[in-house]
Amino acid sequence: MPATPRRVGLFVTCLVDLFRPTVGFAAVKLLERAGCAVTVPAAQTCCGQPAYNAGDRADTRAIAEGVIAAFEPFDATVAPSGSCAGMIRRHYPALFAGDPVWEERAKRLAEKTFELVSFLVDECGVASVDARHEGRVAYHDSCSSLREMGVRAQPRQLLATVEGLELAELSARDVCCGFGGTFCVKYPDISGRMVADKAKDIAATGAGTVLAGDMGCLLNIAGRLSREGSAVRARHVAEVLAGMGGRPAIGEPAKGR
Amino acid sequence: MDATSRTFVANARAGLRDAALQTSLARFQGGFQVKRAEAAERLPEFEALRDEARAIKDHVLAHLDHYLERFEERVRASGGTVHWCETPEQARERILALCREADAKTVTKSKSMIAEEMALNPFLEEHGIEPVETDLGEYVVQLADERPSHIIAPAVHKTRDQVADLFHEKHTPLGRTRRLERVEELVEEAREVLRPRYLAADVGITGANFLIAETGSSAVVTNEGNADLTQILPRMHIVIATLEKVVPTLEDATTIMRVLARSATGQEFSTYTTVSTGPRRPGDADGPEAYHVVLLDNGRSRMLGSEFREVLRCIKCGACMNHCPVYGAVGGHAYGWVYPGPVGAVLTPNLIGLEEARHLPNASSFCGRCEEVCPVRIPLPGLMRKLREQEFAQGLAPAAVRRGIGAWAWLARRPALYRCLTGIGIGMMGALGRRRGRFVRLPLAGGWTGARDMPAPEGATFHALWRKERKA
Ligand code: SF4
Repeated sequence: MPATPRRVGLFVTCLVDLFRPTVGFAAVKLLERAGCAVTVPAAQTCCGQPAYNAGDRADTRAIAEGVIAAFEPFDATVAPSGSCAGMIRRHYPALFAGDPVWEERAKRLAEKTFELVSFLVDECGVASVDARHEGRVAYHDSCSSLREMGVRAQPRQLLATVEGLELAELSARDVCCGFGGTFCVKYPDISGRMVADKAKDIAATGAGTVLAGDMGCLLNIAGRLSREGSAVRARHVAEVLAGMGGRPAIGEPAKGR
Repeated sequence: MDATSRTFVANARAGLRDAALQTSLARFQGGFQVKRAEAAERLPEFEALRDEARAIKDHVLAHLDHYLERFEERVRASGGTVHWCETPEQARERILALCREADAKTVTKSKSMIAEEMALNPFLEEHGIEPVETDLGEYVVQLADERPSHIIAPAVHKTRDQVADLFHEKHTPLGRTRRLERVEELVEEAREVLRPRYLAADVGITGANFLIAETGSSAVVTNEGNADLTQILPRMHIVIATLEKVVPTLEDATTIMRVLARSATGQEFSTYTTVSTGPRRPGDADGPEAYHVVLLDNGRSRMLGSEFREVLRCIKCGACMNHCPVYGAVGGHAYGWVYPGPVGAVLTPNLIGLEEARHLPNASSFCGRCEEVCPVRIPLPGLMRKLREQEFAQGLAPAAVRRGIGAWAWLARRPALYRCLTGIGIGMMGALGRRRGRFVRLPLAGGWTGARDMPAPEGATFHALWRKERKA
């Protein structure tokens, strides 16, 4: 462990904040166990991706300026999402390209922004976790984790150290689940078909649980599984890695009611 | 070609409900994906080759006028003629004039997407000239009076059964009355029907994968050899191509061919590579008496100076549509114009206007698979986003979307207010959804709940819980 702990600003992401605070706590736990000093800046809401993908550059920039200002004091910005981390890392610099002040600031923040699980493995050297989860688990790669953030081996590596867990691979593991931000409500027929295919693939693995690193995919997949009456449960990978996989799964009724 | 891109949503729905289409799509996409992956795997320098191909195309685009002029000079030196046409209408008028010059009754054609851009077949028919498609897939599409649904596999939307029925119906008048079942039989019958057409044709029209500046040649790759017969047998050979097809040397063309075939079908090299240079020379065993190149701009020079320049690197391999989950769900016809899939989502709005084609760049989850496999590394999602930006700036996006994004963005810039309002909203949603854990229906969220439930939130926001926990 380094003498001075790495100061991490946790970018909670709007979907974790609103839908699944458990993931935020799991992230904090994992980061603190890895020796980081975690701060949750109050001045954060969203990375701006919905506006960015809608073609609304002006609003995106306004939101991004807020994120940059809130997170530049830290050694690293970490998000439990490849999508939001990818937005900051891959797209912020392009968003401010040519701006005499903000381009440099955006670049500096981009360079130290990471997706949670790959940060733990690649930056903090975490090789195993202290957690238990019985049964077969399928892991879904989110497109932005896979293609923008290079996350593929890291979650599998850590999941392999979870006691009792057996990892199953999807047959189409590099195929989108159909979430795609506002895509899923703008083109529901197409998105619905994509997530139905994904649910079929998950069912074929025989897994009891599906994990992913992005809440967008998870809400989509969990919603489809529950619509089909499937018994497969969906959770964020951080929950299982942090040993918090005992809570009701995404879309599952609260216990004891 | 008349566009139906405006009705993309309805087209897509029809595609999703078409059982035969769904069978074809699933089979072909899976096959092409595996073949490309294996081909890439087998060639250690594949990634480096992609960079090389991209560099060649970028170099050409930076010096396009130079190479085009050089090309024309070499064509002229070998006895051919280059015709510069700005619009599809000009191009097809020119082609018609050339056909008349050759006193043509029938024209054989090998696959060309540019011919689709100018809707050449119906135009020739209107003027009493019969076009005959010689690529098997194009032939099927022509018989069925449809449009190609894929740039390298035009009839990929049809099942074998459908083709069998079609041949049975259309070939019966030719005395071929047996309904064939096996693919080989169908191919053989098409060959036999096409053979006399090749011999009767007065003019052969081919597309071009490359125009080679140093030699004034055009090159086409096929797997059926149909381009050879199309261009060698008739009296006149007309090549139709757009400006960006030019490359400096034959060597450059072969470099690109190596990534083209692997990306398209997983082949090391296409079965036939046909290079033609000018008309027949004295002493040549065969070849046409006249050689013409119709060079179509149709928006390319405008795109060259725009932020969409990179899409002009496209070598029309089809890999982006072979790997696109949206294309795989709805099929090529849903896109409503010549080019389907991710490359169509960028090209079509540029060529026929954003207002007509605004759905295309929006109907993407930005999964990034197209960019990952594109041999010349065109940032397709990034270019689609630029189109969305234009759409937003021009006020073409639906008012509800604009207002929704605007209101949400306004709130997202005010963390304290955002926290307060989202806390209340999520608290309510959490309480309502607590018992079942999910919502089967939600007001204003029919798009979501049509296909899936909405998982209920846990009930409090992370930020509220965090403040409580860390203050305690
Ligand atoms: S955009 Fe790329 S992948 Fe798509 S057809 Fe063109 S070259 Fe091939």
